[in-house]
Amino acid sequence: MSIEVRIPTILRTYTGGAKSVEGSGASLDELLTDLDGHYDGIRGRLVADDGALHRFVNVYVNDEDVRFTGGLTTALKDGDNVTVLPAVAGGSAVHTVAGG
Amino acid sequence: MLEIPQALYDAMVAHARRDHPDEACGVITGVGGRPARLLEMENAARSPTFYEFDSAALLALYRDMDDRDEEPYVIYHSHTATEAYPSRTDIAYASEPGAHYVLVSTREELGDAAELRSYRIVDGEVTEEPVRVTDENPGTGRSPA
Repeated sequence: MSIEVRIPTILRTYTGGAKSVEGSGASLDELLTDLDGHYDGIRGRLVADDGALHRFVNVYVNDEDVRFTGGLTTALKDGDNVTVLPAVAGGSAVHTVAGG
Repeated sequence: MLEIPQALYDAMVAHARRDHPDEACGVITGVGGRPARLLEMENAARSPTFYEFDSAALLALYRDMDDRDEEPYVIYHSHTATEAYPSRTDIAYASEPGAHYVLVSTREELGDAAELRSYRIVDGEVTEEPVRVTDENPGTGRSPA
């Protein structure tokens, strides 16, 4: 079981500079736990304290934003591609409801 | 320091004015530390106080930059009622330490004057930098396919 994971610039400090790494897991949740075993701390940059994906990152499985496919419970299979990108967002509002 | 061709400077200001009172946002890609293409992005939030690149458009943008060996050179957006200084929200979201974060203000009291300022935002720390406008020709790309 092998899943390619594309890592954004800001998280490459965890992967020794690698743009892309391999991991395994039957769900996104399992994959991130597997990755954390190799790249200590990376899961904490993607998953917030409340146990959901951080609103500052977008995670895609085969081009599909996992917000629409069950978040961390999104199922994975051999050969899937996972892409992590920082959300590009902001604005003059101090408190935001749109940051999802 | 941000070095930016006049045409790209003007394009960011024009985009900000066109989308006013909503916040405008976009990217100038770069190759080897030099600006390449300005890509106006749709503000998925369509809001006067918040901007967000559409999730699918964001993925397409990064794929496209990857294929061309480009990096985000400038990430810009407008503030339509406040000054061109990063808000707490801007700082919280900023996650391209190599990019110049450009803010354009279109607040009313500026009238016809443009206010465009540039910052580095690294680990939550904001550093303003001078903006030098140059007269070289940038690339002419407009939007990701």
